Amino acid sequence: MAALTQAAAGHAPARPARLDLSRPIIFTFAAILCVLIVLPLSWLFYYGFVDRAGNFTLGNFRQLVSDRAFVDPLITTFILATTASIVCCAVAAPIGWLVARTDMPVRGFVRLLVTASFVTPPFLGAIAWELLAAPNSGLLNRAFRAVTGAPQDEYLFNIYSFPGLIFVISCYTFPYVFVLVANSLDRIPGDLEDASSILGGKTWTTARRITIPLALPALLAGALVAFLQSMTLFGSPAILALPAGFHTMTTKIWSLFQYPPKPELAAAASLPLLVLTVVLLRAEHMVLGRRGYSVLGGKGAEPRLVRLKFLRWPALAVCLFVLLNPVFLPYGALLNATFSKVATQIVTPQNFTFHNIEFVFFELSATKLALKNTFILGAATATIGTLIALVISYVTARKAVTGHRALGFLATAPVAIPGIVLGVGLFLSYTRPPFILYGTLWILLIAFVTISLPVAYQQLQSAIRAVHSDLEDASRILGATRLQALSHITAPLLRTSVIATWCFVFVGVMRELSAAIMLFTSETKVISVLIFDLNESGDLAAISVLGLFMLIVTFATVMLANRVPGFGGGIRLRNH
Amino acid sequence: MRGWKFSRRDIIKGSAALAASAYAAPIRAQAPASEAVTPALVEAAKKEGKVVWYTSVDLPVAEKIAKAFEARYPGVAPRVERSGAERVFQRIGQEYGSRIYAADVVNSSDAAHFIVWKRDGLLAPYVPEDVAKHYPADHKDADGMFATWRAWLSVIGYNTDLVKREDAPKSFADLLDPKWTGKIVKAHPGYSGTILTATFQMARDLGWEYFEKLAKQKIMQVQSSADPPKKLSLGERAVMADGNEYNMFLLKESGRPVEIVYPTEGSPLIIGPNGIFKNAPNPNAARLFQSWMFTIEAQQMAIEIGGLRSFHALAKEKPGRKPLKEIKLMKDDAAAVEKQGEDIKARYTQLFRV
Repeated sequence: MAALTQAAAGHAPARPARLDLSRPIIFTFAAILCVLIVLPLSWLFYYGFVDRAGNFTLGNFRQLVSDRAFVDPLITTFILATTASIVCCAVAAPIGWLVARTDMPVRGFVRLLVTASFVTPPFLGAIAWELLAAPNSGLLNRAFRAVTGAPQDEYLFNIYSFPGLIFVISCYTFPYVFVLVANSLDRIPGDLEDASSILGGKTWTTARRITIPLALPALLAGALVAFLQSMTLFGSPAILALPAGFHTMTTKIWSLFQYPPKPELAAAASLPLLVLTVVLLRAEHMVLGRRGYSVLGGKGAEPRLVRLKFLRWPALAVCLFVLLNPVFLPYGALLNATFSKVATQIVTPQNFTFHNIEFVFFELSATKLALKNTFILGAATATIGTLIALVISYVTARKAVTGHRALGFLATAPVAIPGIVLGVGLFLSYTRPPFILYGTLWILLIAFVTISLPVAYQQLQSAIRAVHSDLEDASRILGATRLQALSHITAPLLRTSVIATWCFVFVGVMRELSAAIMLFTSETKVISVLIFDLNESGDLAAISVLGLFMLIVTFATVMLANRVPGFGGGIRLRNH
Repeated sequence: MRGWKFSRRDIIKGSAALAASAYAAPIRAQAPASEAVTPALVEAAKKEGKVVWYTSVDLPVAEKIAKAFEARYPGVAPRVERSGAERVFQRIGQEYGSRIYAADVVNSSDAAHFIVWKRDGLLAPYVPEDVAKHYPADHKDADGMFATWRAWLSVIGYNTDLVKREDAPKSFADLLDPKWTGKIVKAHPGYSGTILTATFQMARDLGWEYFEKLAKQKIMQVQSSADPPKKLSLGERAVMADGNEYNMFLLKESGRPVEIVYPTEGSPLIIGPNGIFKNAPNPNAARLFQSWMFTIEAQQMAIEIGGLRSFHALAKEKPGRKPLKEIKLMKDDAAAVEKQGEDIKARYTQLFRV
């Protein structure tokens, strides 16, 4: 990376030479991005408006709005996303505030736990919650009956229900709101609050009149992001809603690809999701404005911490209680099922077993291939995605070429494409000439690069911008040449961001299910798909083993990324 | 929609006969000769080094069979590609549509698939020695494209911790009793070939009214026919409306609290043929695998550790399990499933909403 930066910098003083380079760069990258994004979307639109014979029709959309089999999931999805979004805000905002603005103990640890729920694959969380809260066999319900002596068919929780689904989705979506809220609270300069206190405002008055209003845009943006995530999630509803007998839009789209496949209807059903996502992201942008523009430098006072006094420990208790749900309980359930002969029985010396681990790693013949594919795709996507994002963000941050805005727009555009919609689009694009990529890892690579590009781009762009502002200039003023400034200031600072970005893209690939489920073949299966397969045949113990393994790899990667300031503002792991 | 009402007499008539109509093709003047396993075949298979088996048999059973094959022929590693039969069918269709030829040997729990694959010319003729010698004519294809590798039933079951024997359902009709509302688990015909086949037979013999009523019982809808027995075993639901007999055998014999009920109306019979695909990437390993799969050794193993049933003449049923001939069966009819499969799935989805 450093070399690349220097290479680019090397051309900086010689203006004409740089112009020569810039045209090929912008054309190449624009072309790559167009193929990545425009091609699948074009096919999606085309298919949405034709019938089986390829004639223009609005019939697909007519069926979409008139057939109850489509209208019901549409309504369900809307209610689901709205409710989950509200729940997420209600949970994430107080925790975000406690962590960023109060003297609650072990705030760093709480942040870490939120990170853990952030990187937990939502489908894995959903399966773990099956182990915990299936109405009869779930561990929590068993405990409830054991404690209260309630009869066998009474239960406390039923995860196979609409509220159950909302709960599980909220568990793994609230970190998005948390990140936005906590980061914006972190960034509110302390001097505003100081001014309020100097003018006589008490702690709570300051919080009410200064801090909260300043954080409100971030909260609204968080609500929108949570809505989007919940709406486009595939794994959790497939795992929890289908047994309960209802569909969401994503599972419905997926079911349209079951035999006999109906790609026209799937394309048509994808378009409302796409349109809604674009609209909501637009709204988020309007709410947030130029968010994500962080400054690395010496300015700004430390934020003031609210003293909770005797409430310090109760506040922590509340946080930990909330975090039981996405982290402690599910991880515990997976760990238990890994070593238990019966997935929903507590491990005792009598039913302790290594058989599940042995089965997954030595008997299950799909494991090796899925692991290999996942690691190849993870590494390749992270490398290629980071590289593309680095070049584009360098170009846009430095406004190096004309048309850099278009590049930046194209790099962020995939945010608006839900994974399952992208999956449908890519399937339609690459199962036909001129590009027959279906059945190869390439099609998955394209999907994953497309999906992770916005994350990588946002990360690196803000990193480059942040470095650009003060420090580079300071170095120049102190007598360094531009090249020295770049190699001593920019490159080292960028290197950490590049590593962090690489890691987050890698983690994002491991947890991606909704595009992969549309695109895999037997030879190109990845772990997430394998886990989904195993869930359909009810092999919960095998899932637990694979799931824990996945979590270990994920945390190792996140740890690597967190050695550098990684869990920052713009990161947005896609939550499918 | 044609009416599928059948009289009770038809049901009894049907369950008496065991004609497997996937094999109803006219007998040709010359069926392909059977082929013994030669050292040359073993060598060629080893050179290929692997064989890919697409199957819908429950994963642990499939992996055990695969391991046993590898132990018998070291150097030929099988890879099991398991999903529901209807998924496997769709996947093969999708893969072949994109000229991806990954499958060597395919096993389906929906015998109708073999009618389609044979008609589309996707299968390669190959008759293992055991099939020629020991299999009845109505369980091997006249053109040598496939033969019944396994058979089993879709049955009712209950968890013995949750349901007393005398309270357990005896028939499909019993499941409509309000006392089972919210306590039934059931698999899906859009995923499982077993369930598609069973749904066809039950709709034919009991009428769709039965499913209309069952859909009001607030069932837990799972996908694979291997899953309802597992959900019973966990105690997640008290009763299963359909699911694999073989999983029930295995769970019961390992001490789990589950019990099989062979419904008084008859149990749907499921036929699971095995065949080699013409474009198999490992054709020799495929033949070796197919040959071995029909040996008495493999068949007996499928019975013992898989809980399956076999039509191999020398195969012995495992003591303690109810012999097939003592069970009242519903008649299987792959040709009809092939014609009505899409319709059945659509109708089912309409009733059960997923």
